[in-house]
Amino acid sequence: MVKINGELLEKDGKTVAEMLADMDISGQRVAVEINEEIVPKARYDETILKDGDSVEVVRFVGGG
Amino acid sequence: MAIPSEQEMYRALEERHGAELQRKLKSASVAVCGLGGLGSNIAIALARAGVGRLHIIDFDRVDISNLNRQQYFPEQLGQPKAVALYDTLHRIAPYCNIRKDTVKLDETNIPSLLSEADIIVEAFDKADQKAMLVNCVLENMPGKYLVSGSGMAGIGPSNTISTRRIAKRFYICGDGVSDVDDGMGLVSSRVLICAGHQAHTVIRIIAGEFDI
Repeated sequence: MVKINGELLEKDGKTVAEMLADMDISGQRVAVEINEEIVPKARYDETILKDGDSVEVVRFVGGG
Repeated sequence: MAIPSEQEMYRALEERHGAELQRKLKSASVAVCGLGGLGSNIAIALARAGVGRLHIIDFDRVDISNLNRQQYFPEQLGQPKAVALYDTLHRIAPYCNIRKDTVKLDETNIPSLLSEADIIVEAFDKADQKAMLVNCVLENMPGKYLVSGSGMAGIGPSNTISTRRIAKRFYICGDGVSDVDDGMGLVSSRVLICAGHQAHTVIRIIAGEFDI
């Protein structure tokens, strides 16, 4: 199980890109951290989620 | 009336904030990226608190549509925001060391332009630009603290705006969901709340208080 934004989900073995697609999120407006380490955008396709990972997906919205 | 000396102003700040915190504030260096409703208010709060070095950055000019929430004056319409805000900050804190840049930040210039700052404030308005800056700083500048803002449009409640600590050196303020692209305008009071969260997070980091 992988904790994504505080919620335990069965995403083990999926890549970050696949996780974002499952969540229907465009990669242009997010930052993704796994265990408090940023995942470089260029590595979304190759970074695989592991059992016990804690993932934070930050979705930015406009306005400032 | 002549303005007070640097010493007089420093002493007045010291009396209010305490000697130790004021020393930390004076030696701090903060970059504010984007000088709209968030950035202009954040920069003013930091200048008033006595932050020693501020770097203010925006590529845009003051527009009449900015005046409902951004810290500019009607007579400054058309001026580069960095220039107009510099003038205001200089009046507020004449001894603050302020660097201004009218430039569009991107992945090629962020690492060099922001290298001097201890703390980087993301205060852009476009969601993709916020993500670009945050990813670029977190990927390339691991020693920096980063304070971002996301979600402050509309007239939703004050108390849904909060500060979250996403990682050791990365904080986000806002409600996370109120998107200006959903048709809700930006209202001065709610933008100020988010700007206050961001400015206060910066001051707490400078003070060595990292919890939220």
